[in-house]
Amino acid sequence: MSNEAGGWEPKIVAFLCNWCSYAGADLAGVSRLQYPTNVRIIRVPCSGRIDPLYIVRALQEGVDGVLVSGCHPGDCHYISGNLVARRKFALLKSYLEYLGIEPGRVQFSWVSASEGTRFAALMEKVVDDVRALGPATKMVKAPVGAPVGAE
Amino acid sequence: MSRQLETKLREAVASLFERGEIDLVIGHEAGSLPLRSRPVFVRDAADIERLVWGPNCTNNLAVYLPRLFAHPKNLREEYAPPTVGIIAKGCDARSVLGLVKEHQLPREKVVIIGMPCTGMIDPKKVEAALDGARIIGAREEAGSLTVETPGGEKTLGLAEMLADGCLECAHPTIDEADVAIEGEARSPADERYQRVAAFEQMSGEERWAYFSDEISRCIRCYACRQVCPNCYCVTCFADQTKPRWIGAADELPDLMAFHIGRILHQAGRCVECDACVRACPMDIDLRVFTQKMPKDVEALYGYVAGMSADGVPALLTFTENDDEGFISEP
Repeated sequence: MSNEAGGWEPKIVAFLCNWCSYAGADLAGVSRLQYPTNVRIIRVPCSGRIDPLYIVRALQEGVDGVLVSGCHPGDCHYISGNLVARRKFALLKSYLEYLGIEPGRVQFSWVSASEGTRFAALMEKVVDDVRALGPATKMVKAPVGAPVGAE
Repeated sequence: MSRQLETKLREAVASLFERGEIDLVIGHEAGSLPLRSRPVFVRDAADIERLVWGPNCTNNLAVYLPRLFAHPKNLREEYAPPTVGIIAKGCDARSVLGLVKEHQLPREKVVIIGMPCTGMIDPKKVEAALDGARIIGAREEAGSLTVETPGGEKTLGLAEMLADGCLECAHPTIDEADVAIEGEARSPADERYQRVAAFEQMSGEERWAYFSDEISRCIRCYACRQVCPNCYCVTCFADQTKPRWIGAADELPDLMAFHIGRILHQAGRCVECDACVRACPMDIDLRVFTQKMPKDVEALYGYVAGMSADGVPALLTFTENDDEGFISEP
């Protein structure tokens, strides 16, 4: 993504749960809070709905950063969706970092429906982190039409 | 020593057949090459002599179990699965218990014949020690391995020839065997996950370069998946077309996605039998990548896969105080 000056702007995909984080993002919007425009939001029913392969796929498709956010532990609309997801996310994040993906590239957080300011601040942080890392190169697939083949 | 165990094993299997406690035994028989064994299904007491035991009985035989107990497609009648005896090292037995825990097998239909495992030979280490000489024959005696080559015999220390996974094995035998063959097993290793710890010390760029380099050799034969007892899904995510998780071309990101997906699906389930490592025809250093998951699961949730048939797998449950260190705070 390039900005008006022609420089690089990070592209972030945010997976937000329907009940808390998406509503939190909505609140940030209706409260007219300013936050970076680099985020593309994908609404999911629950953070437990996130398959780690979604995140892998997002990285393959060339996003510079991924944010996953759900209800705070204990507040899940489905009682325990985010608690089961928490184990999955902890292992996924640790594993991607183990392989050498930069820690800031894939981030996880909790944002409740009343935390519009937290959402805006979180987006600032994620965009700053990813901007510092530069454009994603690892795991990124060649654009359609480019010659294929490993390496 | 393995001769005595082999005799005891055959006696135990014979008595199980005699008492009608099993319909079938899955074990190892001599392979067509030295230092190799292959799986054998013994349905008749007359074939018991085919069963062998030694430091080359590497295969994790639990991989054959789920399909024996799955109701055959197109069969309308009630399906009566056989009662199966399985010859199991510590890792194999843990695979069996893991499958029972995941409701793939009825525990009462499986008779675990537990062997005291002293570690398995890595044929690649033997080949390296012989500088590529062809192996015509091999025999194992207390602590040493005598290998015949066209140029004569050579005696090697058995301990140096053991597979890396066996050297770091924490559970050479388990308590839950139905029939335990008496013998002295390898003592559990103290130093575990040394490769993983060393890999963690490398820089992110070095780790990524190593991962890319290893995985770029993958030919996607899926042998690692096929030999894994945990990979019993009817349709693997790698074979799905809607959505197609893994692209059809051999692009490196797709190869990586397959391995990342496969290893993530093993979280809290992998018993570190290293069947995938042995199966890889491209000699990919899978071990350093697969071991991270069981290490993390044990460190974070204190869970070790396959230690009993009861209880809930680590990834199907949670506690209030699970680790939150990875959460980003604005």
